[in-house]
Amino acid sequence: MSTIAPDTLWLIGVSMTRFGRYSDRDAFDLGAEAALDALNDAGVGMADMDVFAAGSVNQARLYPAQRIQKLIGQTGIPAYNVLNACATGATAVRVVAQAIKAGEASMGLAVGCEQMGKMGLLGAGNAPDDPERFIPSGHDGHVMPTEGILGTSMMPGIFAQAGLRYAAKNDGVGFEQFARVAEKNHQHSTLNPLAQYRKAFSFDEIIQAEMIGYPNTTLMCCPTGDGAAAAVIVSGERLARMPLETRKRAVKISASVLTSDPWAPDGLVQPDISTLTRNAARQAYETAGVEPSDLDLVELHDCFATAELIHYDNLELCEPGGAGDFIDRRAPWRDGEIPVNVSGGLLSKGHPLGATGVANLFEVATHLRGEAGDRQIDGAKIGLTHVIGLGSACSIHILERSGL
Amino acid sequence: MQGAVPIVNYLSLDGPEPYLLSTDCSSCGASYLGSRIACSRCSSRSFVERPLPRKGRVGSFSIVHRAAPPVVTPFVSALVDLSDGTTVKANIIDCPPDPEHVRLGMATVLRTYEVGRDSEGTVAVAFGFAPDYDEAVEASDSHATEETR
Repeated sequence: MSTIAPDTLWLIGVSMTRFGRYSDRDAFDLGAEAALDALNDAGVGMADMDVFAAGSVNQARLYPAQRIQKLIGQTGIPAYNVLNACATGATAVRVVAQAIKAGEASMGLAVGCEQMGKMGLLGAGNAPDDPERFIPSGHDGHVMPTEGILGTSMMPGIFAQAGLRYAAKNDGVGFEQFARVAEKNHQHSTLNPLAQYRKAFSFDEIIQAEMIGYPNTTLMCCPTGDGAAAAVIVSGERLARMPLETRKRAVKISASVLTSDPWAPDGLVQPDISTLTRNAARQAYETAGVEPSDLDLVELHDCFATAELIHYDNLELCEPGGAGDFIDRRAPWRDGEIPVNVSGGLLSKGHPLGATGVANLFEVATHLRGEAGDRQIDGAKIGLTHVIGLGSACSIHILERSGL
Repeated sequence: MQGAVPIVNYLSLDGPEPYLLSTDCSSCGASYLGSRIACSRCSSRSFVERPLPRKGRVGSFSIVHRAAPPVVTPFVSALVDLSDGTTVKANIIDCPPDPEHVRLGMATVLRTYEVGRDSEGTVAVAFGFAPDYDEAVEASDSHATEETR
């Protein structure tokens, strides 16, 4: 049996609730359920935790960490509330990981939870009254809301523009390639009992669905929803003293990376979701000592079909500029070269914002443990998770089967 | 009160033709729309203002069909890469909102229009980018020349 380096980081418990709509429960009920499931999975309890971080976007100011503690165990440990857009859950994982690396903790719990209901388009404002007088307001001195007049700042449009920016610079990318991404993820979701939607759609159904923001139809946009996910993280030093069964099922965190966007010429006009992803990916591959070709599966941030396609390139899963060909040759399908979003992805598994960055760790870890049931990628040894929150924040984790 | 106000402060209505105003970093040359306290590229704190060119090409776009009221749909949102390399986000106007008419790389030119009027009669002026057919003809001419060369 190989030894465990004391300064390494490990996942020993992971969980997620099914994503969907829970009108009879709140985000903290869901977070508490996920937390208890992850603790059970690890064979430990709240009394074993040295640190706790909980993330939520819409419930951030209700302080999810303390609310969940009050539901499952108030042990007085340091508790952090984390908000980092759609990278919130992954950032909560990093808060716990950093406390362990700093030597303040040897075991901790990270939770992401969210309740969105049917909130519709994110960022939509209220209709303004007719103005009495035009008065410039805000940094740009606008005299009226500019959405729909000076372009769009809504999520579907922003990610559509990101996709067509890529299409403008690279051959073989268009509406058809973006739609193929959605076809794949909806098909994948039929095997995932925890997905919000488990329905396959044909290519024609996808391209003929209601257009939200060309080139994304409604089946190429992720739904809003509720859900939670949790992870228990330990140091190698602590894991070495845990039972054999725990060590065998442990999943190594080979890289945990967080980046923000460096300056780009058009970055203040249109969020740049590519540069910080490329930077995070390179850093993660170097830290973990793996190459993209070593990956057995990837869970990446497909909030819109256009986003997934450009991340094939950003994560170096395809040849530079080759994302169109990558989907055309079915490389990211579950039986392809590098399976991407075998969970169904955000497009079909769902995207309760704060939960997403922990849920994709659950997905990859479950495959590495060989416990993914019908959707198992056989023999998976190494996987990557990626989330991006606009602003922007990008987090990447590389996970490896323990081999212990 | 009569008169006109720009919809945002980086649209200038002074002078014979309206133009967009860039705030350029004196140190590294990074361009911004609107005032700046410091440069987010090099952290310098001195700037010079510069009128932006009126012509540019569609670097990316989305045709928005679903929006929350009172936003009127469909409309075309675009990233317009101006001839000096600066990028502006704006609507594509005077052009049918479909992918057959809005094309990546399409030549466009700045155009302004009245977007609202307050109770005192002051007009708010917005900007958009319209297809630039002169430029398109010139471009296809020069392209043809290159091909036959």
